[in-house]
Amino acid sequence: MKLRSPSWVSFRRGSIGVLVALGAWEAFARSGLFSQALSPPIETIAVSLYQLFADGSMVRNAGATLGRVLLGLLIACLIGIPLGTAMARYRAWERFWLPLVSVLMPIPSLAWVPLFILWFGIGDITMIVVVSYAATFPIVYNVWTGVRSVNRIWLRAATAMGASESALFWKVVLFGALPYIITGIRLSFGRAWIAVIGGELLASPTWGLGRIIFDAKEFLNSSVMLAALLVIGVLGLVFERVVFQEIERRTVARWGMVASGKQ
Amino acid sequence: MNRVKDFFVRAGWMVLPFLVVAIIWETLARSGIYPPKLFPSLVTVFEALVRLVVSGALWTNTQGTLVRLVLGFALAGVVGVLLGIAMGRYRVVEDVFLPIVSIGYPIPGLAYAPLFVLWFGLGDLPAVLLVGLASSFSVTINTWKGVKAVREIWLRAAQAMGANDRQIFLQVSLPGALPYIFTGLRLGLAQAWRILVAVEMITAVLHGLGWMIFGAQEFLNTDVMLVGIATIGAIGLLLEKQVFARLEAHTIVRWGMMSA
Repeated sequence: MKLRSPSWVSFRRGSIGVLVALGAWEAFARSGLFSQALSPPIETIAVSLYQLFADGSMVRNAGATLGRVLLGLLIACLIGIPLGTAMARYRAWERFWLPLVSVLMPIPSLAWVPLFILWFGIGDITMIVVVSYAATFPIVYNVWTGVRSVNRIWLRAATAMGASESALFWKVVLFGALPYIITGIRLSFGRAWIAVIGGELLASPTWGLGRIIFDAKEFLNSSVMLAALLVIGVLGLVFERVVFQEIERRTVARWGMVASGKQ
Repeated sequence: MNRVKDFFVRAGWMVLPFLVVAIIWETLARSGIYPPKLFPSLVTVFEALVRLVVSGALWTNTQGTLVRLVLGFALAGVVGVLLGIAMGRYRVVEDVFLPIVSIGYPIPGLAYAPLFVLWFGLGDLPAVLLVGLASSFSVTINTWKGVKAVREIWLRAAQAMGANDRQIFLQVSLPGALPYIFTGLRLGLAQAWRILVAVEMITAVLHGLGWMIFGAQEFLNTDVMLVGIATIGAIGLLLEKQVFARLEAHTIVRWGMMSA
């Protein structure tokens, strides 16, 4: 979703909104209503943010978190895309897997964390399993929908031009379903992002953005917590707006399959 | 005759996947590859379920979780719908709040949990506030989009028929935005449900399914954990399939704005 009007007035009002919010926070922090250890002024947060970046720990922690998310997403794609396709193409696969998918999908991945900790320990494996669990279902569901909704005419045209079964799949079905597949991966990223932060808070592996927050809580470092929150928000925003929107613009939007900038 | 056969075929297909999974699970559990304490047989899990139901512990915990869900979601619904409508209707409100909402939206609500614990202590208050905060963003954004996306032609038709601003808003814009508002509420509820369990683990509430799972971990009670997970899944399924599907059938589908 883009900002509707890039006009000067909206920009000014938007900045005023953000400034007022920041000002309100600052006034609240300095009022002494809460102790400053709990609600640090912006200056303190900025200093914490700078320190986290300066000693390199932020980059390392963010790298660990991002690595887990991307690996989990990759696993989810490797499972979800073939499974979703098979479900859409073969009746027996659909009948077998759909009930399982619809029962497992509404279970929040984070509910599994304590059990996974017992099974896989408090390391990267648990994190990656949780992230994959969270990310697989939206991909399966969207690929399944996408493959079923590939335009019939394209399939018939390709068949009429003598495409073999495998060519039909690789050159028509997969690309026809691409808008759905991209939507699925996008949704999955959102879920995976929540799962990884929650998983890191609960399982506290050695490195990770969730770990920073968890540690900071022990020492009442709320400025560090807020700095980490800021980084989490910015990373999420960058992926959602920049990476996925760019992928969409370069592929399906360019090929005229969806209107660009939509959604 | 054919109908009876049909029913059995369909029921068979419904049961088959679960039967296969159950058999694989049971074989693994009994094979002794994993310690039974960590990978309990389904019989043990079922016994735990019966024990928890009889002692009332399952119900108490479920109740705690549901009350928190309802309170948090109500908070998100009221704030989100009101803010979304205001943003859709008044340009000033939109300009001021859109950047704030866009920045806040991608931060997973769960990340605030430790901070909220510091601010509001342990227990129910931070849990409800967090769930409310986490789910309010999708409600706000969808409501705002919905009010914006009301068809121009409906507005003009109402105007031409002499409706005043208030009437247009109450009788055209709002019902027109309803499909989006429902989508937002639905997304919000799903989000609330997904993080509530984890929030309970972090804020150490008195009774709750998340807390039950987390507590069972201390004693290696994997059977209790699995009962908790299954209950969570069942409630999630029920919320999705029953509550919202019904609500939609009674309003926007009936009005012909969306097909069922």
